[in-house]
Amino acid sequence: MSSRDQILRDLRKSAPPAVALPPVPTGIIYPDPVKQFEEMFTSVGGRCLRVADSTALHEQLAKLDVFANARVVASVVRGIESRGIDPMAVADPHDLAGVDVAVLPAQFGVAENGAVWIPGSALGPERAIFVIAQYVVLVLSASQIVSNMHQAYDRVQIERPGFGLFLCGPSKTADIEQALVIGAHGARSCNLFLVG
Amino acid sequence: MSSHPVKASAFLTDEPRAHWHDQSVWFVRVKRDRMASMVPEWEQLRESAAQIKAHTISRLADYLEMFERNAQANGIQVHWARDGAEHNEIVHKILADRGVTRLVKSKSMLTEECGLNPYLEARGIEVVDTDLGERIMQLLEQPPSHIVMPAIHLKREEIGELFHIKLNTTKGASDPNYLTEAARGHLREKFLAAQAGLTGVNFAIAETGGIVVCTNEGNADMGTHLPPLHIACMGVEKIVPGTRELGVLIRLLARSATGQPITTYTSHFHGPKRNGEMHVVIVDNGRSAITASDEHRRILSCIRCAACTNTCPVYRRSGGYSYDYTVPGPIGSLLAPLRDLSKYKSLPYACSLCASCTDVCPVKIDLHHELYTMRQEIADKGLLPWYKSFAAKAMGWVLGSKFMYEISGKLMRSIVPQLPRALVFNRWNAWGRQRELPPMPKKSFRELLKEERS
Repeated sequence: MSSRDQILRDLRKSAPPAVALPPVPTGIIYPDPVKQFEEMFTSVGGRCLRVADSTALHEQLAKLDVFANARVVASVVRGIESRGIDPMAVADPHDLAGVDVAVLPAQFGVAENGAVWIPGSALGPERAIFVIAQYVVLVLSASQIVSNMHQAYDRVQIERPGFGLFLCGPSKTADIEQALVIGAHGARSCNLFLVG
Repeated sequence: MSSHPVKASAFLTDEPRAHWHDQSVWFVRVKRDRMASMVPEWEQLRESAAQIKAHTISRLADYLEMFERNAQANGIQVHWARDGAEHNEIVHKILADRGVTRLVKSKSMLTEECGLNPYLEARGIEVVDTDLGERIMQLLEQPPSHIVMPAIHLKREEIGELFHIKLNTTKGASDPNYLTEAARGHLREKFLAAQAGLTGVNFAIAETGGIVVCTNEGNADMGTHLPPLHIACMGVEKIVPGTRELGVLIRLLARSATGQPITTYTSHFHGPKRNGEMHVVIVDNGRSAITASDEHRRILSCIRCAACTNTCPVYRRSGGYSYDYTVPGPIGSLLAPLRDLSKYKSLPYACSLCASCTDVCPVKIDLHHELYTMRQEIADKGLLPWYKSFAAKAMGWVLGSKFMYEISGKLMRSIVPQLPRALVFNRWNAWGRQRELPPMPKKSFRELLKEERS
């Protein structure tokens, strides 16, 4: 008998009586989800920049230190140009190793924890872009914020086959005496433009 | 045989350090409380999570088959391993067939349980743990002392010295920012040179055939999106029915583990990357036997957040190494004896039955009840040391009879104060090693009550 069949047989043999699946609890609904999102995103070490529209976004982005000083910018956001690399044309993820700033579109945000959902298809041909870049800039429409993770998973379209992630602020660690250090392996900072 | 009290005594010889350990672990519990209190439906979430897990465990085989079908449709290759040895062989074969000699790993308690690292290293594969805490422990050639914070027991100066020797950092430098930056540079080279990445699995979703991996550092993502081969290893109990249930568990995990609202990276893998391969290895290794046990089945609900460990007064004051097992703390004190009851028989006694673990467990495992049950199993199997069974029998005899209880109390109250100190604080009096006995009262409670009423 194959290991697969034996494991499944053992599990069936030892299975307890069936237990029903519970209903999903109603999650917290915030009166002002945008405000809550901004607070949470800031609390995890990110920075929220509120801009009125796409024109203001471009103005503010140009003034943003990490963006202005970057030699290599890999943008997969429509209307924001890449610099020194074309992320849509890379042949291998290792080619992204020199990216200073990645500019990524967030599909929606979650107020309860400050996370944003990014579907893999929005990252371009190589998923590595969001973690290998030294700095990350996110663009999110203020109208696309849900209150909690239950609403979030109702919205998530799992791409099959594919990838997707909730991203919440810059990379961090507290493995040395629990001292919080921003910039472990991934982004050293995470600026988010909240548009609208 | 492993003895918790013996190892704990060794840990406690350095009193200031033991106190520091206690405080730093408690700090995580405090952060967890702050996060839990921000979610008004917290208790409802825990109840829901407990039921989701109970449901899934009652139908594990069905969900695993569903997962396999959907994962294969996503282009993921699925493997099955009955035990740790078969798991290691499968992983090694995948790597060897592709000529991989450089592997980067993110955290996986399962691979620790199976002893994968030494197995691969003995076969010529370089294995690099990439979680900062795990890398520190790997460079020290010591096991982690905590499942979420592997190097929680080390001081920054010790890590500074280690990095000076291994990573050539400045002698005497111990600033966490500086040391982390050095590790970042060192590990980035490893990530870029790796031929394969191995991860654990926080959740496997049956309905969509994908897996979810949670990290704060981004090491699982660095390790999987660069090399062309991703291997993910999971115990059979990691399965959840669908994304609705996943949402409940994700809300609980990071809040319970580190007091964060969610981990920085919550990555959903539903197929290989471009020009890549993805494999999932599903491991039993004793888990199906646990599903058969009415007493211990609920242990399989564990999502490895370590909230029980952080709150445990015994763990905080005895350190992870005193457990001598991959998973320390209350949950480890159950998992270890389930693996080898005789070897780990002292662990269920490393517990004051205070129930704090049960109170914080996000999936409502009744840990302290299970520990109590495990003690009975140890006694029933005749594994108690003679003095413990003798003491328990004597106590049972005294407490089981009103006459014996009264007379023993009387004797103690009158005789103990007359005895020489050396006799009372003898080598069998474990209580008296660090503490004074309370002064003997003149009268018993029963006598006082009688007087009060007359």
